[in-house]
Amino acid sequence: MQTLLRPFAIKSSGDLARIGVILALAGLILFGALRYDNFLSPFNILSFLRYNSMFALIALGMAFVIITGGIDLSVGGTAAMASVVAALLSPYHWAAGLLGGMAAGFAVGALNGFIITKMRIQPFIGTLATMLAAYGTGLLLANNQSVSVSYDTGFTVIGQDDFLGFPIPAWIGLAAYVLGWLVLEKLPVGRHILAIGDGEATAGLMGLKVERTLAAVYLASGTLAGLAGVILASQFGAGQPTEGVGWELFAIASVVVGGTLLTGGSGSVGATLAGALLLAMVFNILNFENGLGWISLSAYWQSVIRGAFLLVVVVLQAKLMARHRAI
Amino acid sequence: MLLSMQGISKAFAGVAALKSAALDVEPAEIMALVGQNGAGKSTLIKILTGVYRRDAGDITFDGKPVDFTMPAEAQSAGIATIYQEINLAPQRSVAENIYLSREPKRFGMIDHAAMRRGAAAVLKTFNLAIDVDRPVAHFDAATRQMVAIARAVTQNARLVIMDEPTSSLDEREVAVLFETIRTLKRSGVAVIFIGHRLDELYAICDRVTIMRDGQTVAKSPMADMPKMALVRHMLGKELAAFQAMAPDQDVPERPVRLAVQNAGAGVRVRDVSLDVREGEISGLAGLLGSGRTETARLIFGADRMQRGTLRMDGRERTYREPADAIADGIGLVSEDRKIDGIVPDMSIRENMTLALLPKLKKAGIVDRTKQDAIVTKYIRALGVKCASPDQPIKELSGGNQQKVLLARWLATDPRVLIIDEPTRGIDIGAKSEILKLLRSLADEGLSVLMISSELEELLAAADRVTVLSDGTSVATLPRKELSEAALLSAMAHQVE
Ligand SMILES: Nc1ncnc2c1ncn2[C@@H]1O[C@H](COP(=O)(O)OP(=O)(O)OP(=O)(O)O)[C@@H](O)[C@H]1O
Ligand SMILES: [Mg+2]
Repeated sequence: MQTLLRPFAIKSSGDLARIGVILALAGLILFGALRYDNFLSPFNILSFLRYNSMFALIALGMAFVIITGGIDLSVGGTAAMASVVAALLSPYHWAAGLLGGMAAGFAVGALNGFIITKMRIQPFIGTLATMLAAYGTGLLLANNQSVSVSYDTGFTVIGQDDFLGFPIPAWIGLAAYVLGWLVLEKLPVGRHILAIGDGEATAGLMGLKVERTLAAVYLASGTLAGLAGVILASQFGAGQPTEGVGWELFAIASVVVGGTLLTGGSGSVGATLAGALLLAMVFNILNFENGLGWISLSAYWQSVIRGAFLLVVVVLQAKLMARHRAI
Repeated sequence: MLLSMQGISKAFAGVAALKSAALDVEPAEIMALVGQNGAGKSTLIKILTGVYRRDAGDITFDGKPVDFTMPAEAQSAGIATIYQEINLAPQRSVAENIYLSREPKRFGMIDHAAMRRGAAAVLKTFNLAIDVDRPVAHFDAATRQMVAIARAVTQNARLVIMDEPTSSLDEREVAVLFETIRTLKRSGVAVIFIGHRLDELYAICDRVTIMRDGQTVAKSPMADMPKMALVRHMLGKELAAFQAMAPDQDVPERPVRLAVQNAGAGVRVRDVSLDVREGEISGLAGLLGSGRTETARLIFGADRMQRGTLRMDGRERTYREPADAIADGIGLVSEDRKIDGIVPDMSIRENMTLALLPKLKKAGIVDRTKQDAIVTKYIRALGVKCASPDQPIKELSGGNQQKVLLARWLATDPRVLIIDEPTRGIDIGAKSEILKLLRSLADEGLSVLMISSELEELLAAADRVTVLSDGTSVATLPRKELSEAALLSAMAHQVE
């Protein structure tokens, strides 16, 4: 019994925060289900998943980056650029759009990895530069306007259709998260990523290949952002060079709410998903609240409320951790 | 020959750290590498394992010329290293730390169960029964050191390098380590052992290589190198030994400055009473786990005292946090200086005067002249080997970093200085300098509470020694009654 429960045993203060976010998510779902009639309707659930898979993908990559003690500000710009690339290539073949968009993300990720590990530029600065470059490239390629995708090659299936009654973007997100969980928890490289976040110099002395691992993490983050861009283009029928603004902040918030410390060295894939869903759920609930007609919140107010909610969660987590440490 | 390093040179920003140094090691040999703080021992090791690139010289390992560009390569070639600054990932579990970079796998995935079992098994051979799932950061310095040792000896390496492995261990743990080293030797593994405690070197090593100022100055079988000669080679001159007071000297009863009565907190400190007198060095002795460090933390306000009283200059005081104790003129040089102390990227000057800044301010600005005077004074007094006071402290050798931390507290001009293992990691030449300095500060009126696991040090420097056992003060021996035998028998005292 004890060995069975071991994975759930609380070993560190980070675990507490992670349990907290899952409880908060469950609470929010319960609240929505009790308060709004159609909250648990298949339509709401499926469109919720379809739309938010993009953000979940980006949050996953961001989680890995933050666990290494870094940050990737370029993901929003990368997604925007990738959506344009995918839209431009979609007339040739649906796969050309898919792979092209991912390749665009891969390229930005590779550049980030190079800048950070070889040129030894701080991740914050390095990815800030590539963020600007990615937005610029997207706008150039798109000629400063949105680029319609081809509806003939089946490219839109990726973002709009279902498979086994479940939106395809949600399947993609699920697959990515399962893979991410495997990598972090089950493969040696996951432990290495955590150890690097714990202290790069130390990890090097312990015989880890720090540069190579870091480069791979930024590559993964870029590629996931590229994939999110593909889904964006496919779902809305257009490559959107001006989308993606602030996505990196949403991703960072998801990761942090998921109990991953910005200082690196700890984190969980599952809790990151919970964090991303939690923040998206707040939006969803605010929409329902508007629908009830009691109040009418503008998008700005929604943003403010979401910010306040984020603050509450983070403060609660900090309190929990402080208590845990005191024991 | 297993390892041969010849003509190794290395300069950091133009300052030579190694000048044509050499080191060779035979299979199944235990080689002592000794030298003063800053002699270049750690640098030589880091050049071997690829942390630093050498400017000149040749290295052959196992008959082949090698040129490792990163520690990962040295590790896979069969060299396991415990670096001086214990290198473990603090937030990862004990088991993960032992196996990091060579995790046991099943179907390509980490076999967590095997890892846990293996870790518990090695630690058991070290008499260490700890929860291997807990993060390394939860454990004290000694346990972390043992974990680092376990990591190194389980790598199936041909050569194991230990850079000051015993600096945070007590005698029992050292004995366990030596047993492990002998086992390694029996299975043909060579060991390079860096240390400052000569007794340990003579107890375990076959040969010795002595370094001074970046050069190899002597090499000999341990048995053919008398202690005096070894020290002479190391220092380049005779050791100016610390003049211990005559053992039977009667110390006058000076007024008590800090009095602790029946102090306790939790289970680690049960019932401790001790006095620290004006102008005296009081020793605090005891075995590992007897509550010495915990007692120091209670006095300093780092932990809350739950029972008992503390009087400073006769007035009862309660310290809720270290700032309260500091305001009363109490300073603590903690045992775990690697973690608690340095700000790696800051200069020696800044690190040394960090605790002093409020006093150095003139109209809000740091008074540079005063700062310089203090920094120069302590660099000289403690013999800190550095290029300039503006050098980042992380560039200093381990022992020299310790000296800077020591200076930080000495410079605050405390009335009571609690000092946990004052000479840990400090070379034999500087050691007597530090004891001398403490003595002269005491003569000027400072009260020192010195925690030490080295009996010699207590015997040489302390005016009286309080002995702890199992969180309880079991004896206080004045100078007249101090002897190794008396201390040992008090330390072994069982508390019912
Ligand atoms: N990264 C660095 N940058 C600049 N100087 C350095 C660096 N590392 C070491 N040094 C210098 O090289 C010299 C040798 O240092 P090293 O750490 O090898 O000494 P050590 O013999 O290990 O001493 P200790 O007994 O104190 O550990 C010192 O003067 C130190 O200041
Ligand atoms: Mg050293």
